[in-house]
Amino acid sequence: MSEIVKFTIDGKEYEGVKGQLLVEVAAEKGIYIPVLCHWKGVKPAGSCRICSVKVNGRFMAGCTTPLEADMKIENDTPEILDIRKAIVEMLFVEGNHFCPSCEKSGNCDLQALGYRYQMMVPRFPYEFERRDIDASSPKLIIEKNRCIFCKRCVRMIKDEQGKSYFAFKGRGKHLQISLDKKLAVTMSEENAHKAMDACPVGCILRKEVGFAVPIGKRKYDHVSIGTDIEKLNK
Amino acid sequence: MSKPIVATASLAGCFGCHMSLLDIDERILKLIELVEFNKSPIDDIKTFTKQCDIGIIEGGCCNSENIEVLKLFRKNCKILISLGECAIMGGLPAMRNGIPVKECLDEAYLNGPTVGENKEHIMPNDDELPMILDKVYPLHEIVKIDYYLPGCAPRADLIWAAVAALVTGDTLNIPYELVKFD
Repeated sequence: MSEIVKFTIDGKEYEGVKGQLLVEVAAEKGIYIPVLCHWKGVKPAGSCRICSVKVNGRFMAGCTTPLEADMKIENDTPEILDIRKAIVEMLFVEGNHFCPSCEKSGNCDLQALGYRYQMMVPRFPYEFERRDIDASSPKLIIEKNRCIFCKRCVRMIKDEQGKSYFAFKGRGKHLQISLDKKLAVTMSEENAHKAMDACPVGCILRKEVGFAVPIGKRKYDHVSIGTDIEKLNK
Repeated sequence: MSKPIVATASLAGCFGCHMSLLDIDERILKLIELVEFNKSPIDDIKTFTKQCDIGIIEGGCCNSENIEVLKLFRKNCKILISLGECAIMGGLPAMRNGIPVKECLDEAYLNGPTVGENKEHIMPNDDELPMILDKVYPLHEIVKIDYYLPGCAPRADLIWAAVAALVTGDTLNIPYELVKFD
């Protein structure tokens, strides 16, 4: 049987199931901890660190840390918010994120976090690395300029035998996402859409369907990311 | 007290941000009551005739002339505002940034699919033309910028709110809908 433990988030006391991931526990209580790489039900990767919280005074990734008894979690503090904003800014300068020309704009989680934290300009210098676009597969475009290496597609999109369609290639600065060319030919419509929806940015795009929703009606045009979770609290 | 003086310029931009400034509609009458315009494409004053309070710049720096104009603005304006994605991060012109300049020019003037008639392989080389830079630079990488207004184009209400707040000294509260990167 699952054990119920007590813990606090920003000084407020809560009860939750021991072993549950912090981001998911918090979401149930109506507290938003931002995620980019995490997806409920998928093995956590902890690769983007946007979910950083302080647990008993130490920084932890909220998406990989299981709940323990008497945890004192800090989430909504100026220090943590600034670190999260810095991570968003770092992701913006590290890739080539030209929002005006991206079809994911308005539905993009990274951009939405930029809006949430009112990122007016990144504090870091732009990298402007040259990256390629892979449009060789029949259903998908892989726009590597926008990849933030969250590894969602690698972990989530698999064929009937459990083989991943996506994989990481290279290391460090040369790391890039790649789509298995042979597998991609037989990719189902369902998987193609799942891949596009799983991608938190505009890196994986389904061909021939872009710009379906007009400006003003997109996901984050009027409401901030995390609002759906936070309204549970009100 | 005399009115604050505003100057504007478009560097490597598309004039979309200036269009958005005009999108403040009838508030433009209020704006000219609040401020006086100096060097700007809006009133077609070509050179600074006095020190300005607010400089609003659209577009990034893609050539030597852009840098010259930007430095002139820094010298002549107390406050400089980066207006729009191109000014803040280079914008669409910066899509060439990962590609060497020679490759870009070759593609544009020699190898591009629409280049048919350039048999002598001429590249633009007139002395009057400003030198193209190795990449497109955001404004804050060249001079100090005081404020940033993102958007492509920045919403008219955002420009209005920011300029009005600067001129009147009120606190600027930006609603969620106004800060957009597209």
